[in-house]
Amino acid sequence: MAGEAEAGKVDPMHQFTVEPLLGQDWNIGGFNIAYTNSAMWMTITAVVLFVFMLGGMKRELVPGRWQMMVESFTGFIDDMLEANIGKEGRKYVPYIFSLFMFILFANLLGLLPLGIVGVHPFTFTSHFTVTGVLAIMSFAIVLIVGFWKHGLHFFSLFVPSGTPLPMVFVIAPIEFVSFLFRPFSLALRLFVAMMAGHILLKVLSGFVINGANAGIGVGAMVSIPSFALMIGISALEILVAGIQAYVFALLTSLYINDAEHLH
Amino acid sequence: MEAEAAKLIGAGLAAIGAGMAALGVGNVFGSFLESALRNPGAADGQQGRLFIGFAAAELLGLLAFVVAMIILFVEV
Repeated sequence: MAGEAEAGKVDPMHQFTVEPLLGQDWNIGGFNIAYTNSAMWMTITAVVLFVFMLGGMKRELVPGRWQMMVESFTGFIDDMLEANIGKEGRKYVPYIFSLFMFILFANLLGLLPLGIVGVHPFTFTSHFTVTGVLAIMSFAIVLIVGFWKHGLHFFSLFVPSGTPLPMVFVIAPIEFVSFLFRPFSLALRLFVAMMAGHILLKVLSGFVINGANAGIGVGAMVSIPSFALMIGISALEILVAGIQAYVFALLTSLYINDAEHLH
Repeated sequence: MEAEAAKLIGAGLAAIGAGMAALGVGNVFGSFLESALRNPGAADGQQGRLFIGFAAAELLGLLAFVVAMIILFVEV
């Protein structure tokens, strides 16, 4: 069923295959550490992000267009942290900003229509391993900050202030489970949103290709509407790429706010 | 019923959850727009909450998608 693409059918799951590009036999402690296409696109994302930031860090008194672009991103994250955490939020700007820009650039680079020239972009944010590590990093920061600032008092996070005593035994386990589910929800949201959009685009492109192969009449009936829909969905995917990066950064800052201030 | 057919039906039923999440997300943005038109001055300050509500409603639909993928692709 999965992965057995019949002749002439477009397999929508094929785009998520991780293939080794270099060093298929590099092993450390029994684990293969080959340089995969996933790793290659992470490198590309990091390099593009580095170039983007380098162009905007000239510190001119009268900013040019590029510097304005970079500064509007930093200002956006700075305002978000100021609004959600308060003045203690300033020290998390580097982490949240890197997280936001890395996810945003990864999502957008994965949408580039480079398939026309034969290079197929790989959206590494559509893999749970990648988003899971990002979520674990955010969750680890929450735990470290929480225990560092409040010590064992951090556990009062599970009992909202003003809870009547009989309700504590009901609310504390629920709050505890919802707290432990946070890294999963953070990682799942990003990976499923990216994966679902890319599958949808591939399914529609399968309609276009198979419709065009079936003859002029079917082609006009199926391929042209599917292609129009694909253009609309692509625009939606650009929106989703931005929203998911924003939501990841926003939720991370909210969780850090919980660790900073309890509640 | 064959196990394969039951799997496909199960995955199709899980897709109902995605439609339910569409109702939820539409409700979040619809309510926001309705109240933002009544009081445009207060709208910009509530965008963070808008996206928190969106994220919470969307997650449950995405979980339905994950259930469908597990039914289809994970060999038990």
